[in-house]
Amino acid sequence: MVAGNDILLKNIRSILADITDPEIPVLTINDLGIVRDVIVNDEQIEVIITPTYSGCPAMDMIIMNIKFALIGHGYDNVKITPVLSPAWTTDWMSEEGKRKLKEYGIAPPNPKQQVCNDQLFAADEAVQCPHCNSYHTYRISEFGSTACKALYQCHDCKEPFDYFKCH
Amino acid sequence: MKDYLIDYTLHLADDALILAQRNSEWCGHGPVLEQDIAITNISLDLIGQARNFYQYAAQLINSSTNNPVNSATEDTLAYLRTEREFKNCLLVEQPNGDWAQTILRQFFFSANQYLLYQQLKNNKDEQLAAIAEKSLKEVTYHLRWSSEWVIRLGDGTEESHARMEKAIVELWNYTGELFVTVNYEQEAADSGIGVDVSLQKDQWTNKINEVFNEATLTLPLNTFQHTGGKNGLHSEHLGYILTELQYMQKTYPNATW
Repeated sequence: MVAGNDILLKNIRSILADITDPEIPVLTINDLGIVRDVIVNDEQIEVIITPTYSGCPAMDMIIMNIKFALIGHGYDNVKITPVLSPAWTTDWMSEEGKRKLKEYGIAPPNPKQQVCNDQLFAADEAVQCPHCNSYHTYRISEFGSTACKALYQCHDCKEPFDYFKCH
Repeated sequence: MKDYLIDYTLHLADDALILAQRNSEWCGHGPVLEQDIAITNISLDLIGQARNFYQYAAQLINSSTNNPVNSATEDTLAYLRTEREFKNCLLVEQPNGDWAQTILRQFFFSANQYLLYQQLKNNKDEQLAAIAEKSLKEVTYHLRWSSEWVIRLGDGTEESHARMEKAIVELWNYTGELFVTVNYEQEAADSGIGVDVSLQKDQWTNKINEVFNEATLTLPLNTFQHTGGKNGLHSEHLGYILTELQYMQKTYPNATW
């Protein structure tokens, strides 16, 4: 059965690889790094996921989409278990995901987290403009259109843009 | 099941939910668009935290009562409990006032939540620890944002400074309750689950002082403090908040969409 399970797991993972974030449709849930594990026991498939932000409304939809996708492929007995710890971090986002984000017009999270502390009026993070690649940008607000984004503007091309902030 | 753990979890949930509800009253009314978005983002984070705590509380309640017919859910806990059953502190239910008062309330609260979650993430109850670990990242943003606004307003114009001083007068007497340990908090702390909040007062006061110094504001000297919220004895404001928050479920019981 071990070999059978391996094939099953591979199958399920490839189904999961097609599920996207409803807010940022270029990112799959694998790119986001929220699928922590897939467990097959007896007849049940359990998918363990880590929510991004506590209040992110996309999470409920992602859970529903995972269920629908698996049921659509004939896996009826599906359980989605959200696990909070270890807490999700933007470090788990794939390089492929970061590339796709940039192409989509959202600056990807910086690889080295610089502002996740309580220091006041810290220098803005150097965030690269996804449109013209300039680092000559500034933060308009650290809260943006969704919980995971901050609002920036580029001094060079003048375009405002979203930054997927470090978390 | 240990009742104190249920009460303690509800207390943490209620604090987050009521402040989220208050902040969300700013939606569409913020002083500028970016800050309107910021305060409602903070609301959303707090609702998320409240949901996690309510889901856990519901699980604890259901496993203790063994009554599947009227089982508790995050929704029944938020929408069907009465005023006296809510265990939030008095600070979070105080009116928004002007922007200064909303900012100061957030700052007082976030400075406390930051310390609380730092302790809570290492405690013996795995689920509470996990929620705290997750939420702490969000609270760090809330604390930094509100601290910067306290400084910006306090050290800003004559008008903004005066408004901050008025906000301090309005809110200071509701901060003491944060550090008065009530029974369920004490029992939780004694069993290694919760946090003994009375031990956090000095650290909190230091943080407030540090930001107030930057902001050219001073701590008030009066020491009278209101208490009661954590035990369900609220100011008149909570009833109005719940009337709005619970309107749909009370008017159309079990409505879903």
